[in-house]
Amino acid sequence: MALTAYAAAQTRNLFAVVILSGIFSLLAAVLYVVLNAVDVAFTEAAVGAGISTLLMLATLSLTTDKERAKHQIKIIPLSIVSVTGLLLIFGTLDMPFYGDPNAPTNLHVAPLYISDSMKQTGIPNIVTSVLASYRGYDTFGEVVVIFTAGIGVLALLGHGRNRTRPGKNRNVNLEDENRIS
Amino acid sequence: MAFPGLLNYWIVIILMMIGFYIVIAQGNLIKKIVGLNIFQVSVFIFYISIGKVTGGSAPIINDNIEIYSNPLPHVLILTAIVVGVATTALGLAMIVRIKDAYHTIESDEIDDIESAEKEV
Repeated sequence: MALTAYAAAQTRNLFAVVILSGIFSLLAAVLYVVLNAVDVAFTEAAVGAGISTLLMLATLSLTTDKERAKHQIKIIPLSIVSVTGLLLIFGTLDMPFYGDPNAPTNLHVAPLYISDSMKQTGIPNIVTSVLASYRGYDTFGEVVVIFTAGIGVLALLGHGRNRTRPGKNRNVNLEDENRIS
Repeated sequence: MAFPGLLNYWIVIILMMIGFYIVIAQGNLIKKIVGLNIFQVSVFIFYISIGKVTGGSAPIINDNIEIYSNPLPHVLILTAIVVGVATTALGLAMIVRIKDAYHTIESDEIDDIESAEKEV
């Protein structure tokens, strides 16, 4: 996976970059299966590897698939990234080990869901029961987010788009975008 | 249990830093979006690997299974993946508009055009 990501950083043909990012998503989905997160793996394979790649390819067809010039390694970003990475690795030294059943994450409310969700909702898949039942309103909010994003995309690309530099229209669209982020 | 120990966090950090580097160092806007996606996936892997329990199985209730992995991170990340695609779509739509307006998707060329306009 790291290799795919690195290749995506180095390649200059944007088509190859997009395909590499699709492969990256698919590898992530495989990793989720290994980590017992089957629902997440489904979603990642369908949405991350499928729809994202499709959207990016569509964008490429509307814009260009050539990246301009060869760029050299830039020192300042590289040092920022290395320092951040080292600080984060320093931060992990206190973290619980991989797969530790006594890690704080696995002790708080998780056992309650595992033991009670079957009785309370009647759905064997705990992820589904939490998503659709306990956190139903949250999932509804997620639908609102997707809807807003859809409106934003339509507002940006919808009919009557002027091919010149956008004027007043553009500010309205920026507001849309801010609301989502 | 020495292996894998903290290795999962380090993999996450390496992926995250590759994504971070793409976002801040590369000028091409589509590449920046790809970098954001890599960053995002690394955070997802972080959450999922936190929820993993050794010897546990996928959190689907079955009478024969004693240990389950933690389902809560899975739920969070399901939501996050979908929201991530929404933001990606919006970003790509903005790139298409930028291409229409400036005829380039390189951020430094856009900067040049903007500063040239200010001087006029």
